[in-house]
Amino acid sequence: MKKPVIDAQNVDLTFETNDGPVHALSDVNLQINKGDFVSFIGPSGCGKTTFLRCVAGLETPTGGQLTVNGLSPDEARKARSYGYVFQAAGLYPWRTIAGNIKLPLEIMGFSKAEQDKRVERVLDLVELSGFARKYPWQLSGGMQQRASIARAIAFDADILLMDEPFGALDEIVRDHLNEQLLDLWARTEKTIGFVTHSIPEAVYLSTKIVVMSPRPGRITDVIDSPLPKERPLSIRDSAEFLEIAHRVREGLRAGHAYD
Amino acid sequence: MSVLPVLVIVAAIIALWYAGAVVMNSTWTLDQAARQGTDPSLSEIVADTMAQERPLLPAPHQVAAELWEVTAEKKITSKRSLIYHGFITLKTTLFGFVTGAVFGVALALGIVHSRTLEQSVMPWAIISQTIPIVALAPMIIVLSNAVGIENREVPKTIIAAYLSFFPVLVSMIKGLRSPDAMQIDLLRTYNASGGQIFSKLRLPASLPYFFASMKVAIAASLVGTIVGELPTGAIQGLGARMLIGSQFGEPMIMWTALFAAAILAALLVIAVGGLERLALRLMGEGAR
Repeated sequence: MKKPVIDAQNVDLTFETNDGPVHALSDVNLQINKGDFVSFIGPSGCGKTTFLRCVAGLETPTGGQLTVNGLSPDEARKARSYGYVFQAAGLYPWRTIAGNIKLPLEIMGFSKAEQDKRVERVLDLVELSGFARKYPWQLSGGMQQRASIARAIAFDADILLMDEPFGALDEIVRDHLNEQLLDLWARTEKTIGFVTHSIPEAVYLSTKIVVMSPRPGRITDVIDSPLPKERPLSIRDSAEFLEIAHRVREGLRAGHAYD
Repeated sequence: MSVLPVLVIVAAIIALWYAGAVVMNSTWTLDQAARQGTDPSLSEIVADTMAQERPLLPAPHQVAAELWEVTAEKKITSKRSLIYHGFITLKTTLFGFVTGAVFGVALALGIVHSRTLEQSVMPWAIISQTIPIVALAPMIIVLSNAVGIENREVPKTIIAAYLSFFPVLVSMIKGLRSPDAMQIDLLRTYNASGGQIFSKLRLPASLPYFFASMKVAIAASLVGTIVGELPTGAIQGLGARMLIGSQFGEPMIMWTALFAAAILAALLVIAVGGLERLALRLMGEGAR
């Protein structure tokens, strides 16, 4: 059996705050295999973002075992094994789109020629060719977020972590970006961890849906999606799709997520 | 942008000024008339208030004419030329400005990197700005004389720098700390070094703050220079002209020097504004 790309065993995380300890993650067990598209869904405070940040080495679990590519998250971060997309695009206003995508490449010491080649390639992947020399403020919110995805895949990380990347966008734009993201995933074969609070988004995108609930943040259900890899937007009206969405909703209810 | 509102305001200021000149200078006119036993008409009074040799408040056209005379018509080498005196003041202003800006930026860099430095230095920086510069200026001059600095430019530069470092310091601290946690996290995901976080993120993010502070700093530097020129017994510079004007009862000299200083300040701020626009355009924000 192949080793999972991301392996969490009994992961615990408690934040010490002024109001006493906050149990952000409790006994999280999860295996993510290469090429999986895993969505984390749950209400605010369920620890979905915290778990993603643990995987990224931006937070350190206070208990349990967590490995990324067989390394500790911090080693994996230092080995630059993942690209991270935040809720806000966070492009530098003083850099062009190409300049923004070059940011990680400059930091990682790619040659100038290689940087240009990669910028062209990833801009094509997110359908932003021709926008290389524009500044972020000249782009719409959806385009900015696509540019930030391009920035996250410009170097050779085979894991892509996305923290509610489309949360701030309207539904029409979001549908379009979801479609594009699936296409990108199929073409690059990356392993994707995707945090969302939208049930249709989670079901439409994922091969595996992790349902979480708060206080303390924990996993209440893990659903392996039976949907095929090829997914037109119309699949969202199929019986299978609705069945999975129903199970997700049940999982959220079971975790008292609606309280 | 419409020029009409601007012109209206300027016209109103000039009208107020003329009215002020008439009211303030008429005392002298009436005194003279009483002494000579004449009874001037209103129009004679008004005409006289605008043509006195030593008016309390010179009329705008008198200041303009004097300003023209001492800039355009005097040789620059003349001791009465305001171009000459203005140049002296400008030189010290720029020296003080650059010194203050470098000092302010350096201190900000240190403070952003070290909490200890912030706690130990920041209170003093703030206290330094609460001391009236007119009280401090003579001491700086006396002290620099006492330690054997002959050059009069040095204490003036110190005073100018003393006033201009503070806005730069405060703005740069804010600017260098302006990137939010997400921006820092993003660079951490690239495993960027501290130096890279500084050069790729903190420094460029601080530039708009830097330029905003430059405008304040250059004006403060000019004020510092002029204050520095007042008590030096200096015979050069706009500040010295103001002092001479007031000591010898020559309001025209005082007022022209004052206006020359104001015009110089405006030019300096415009120049810094031009640099700012240029820099921001290079950073992609100019077209916004």
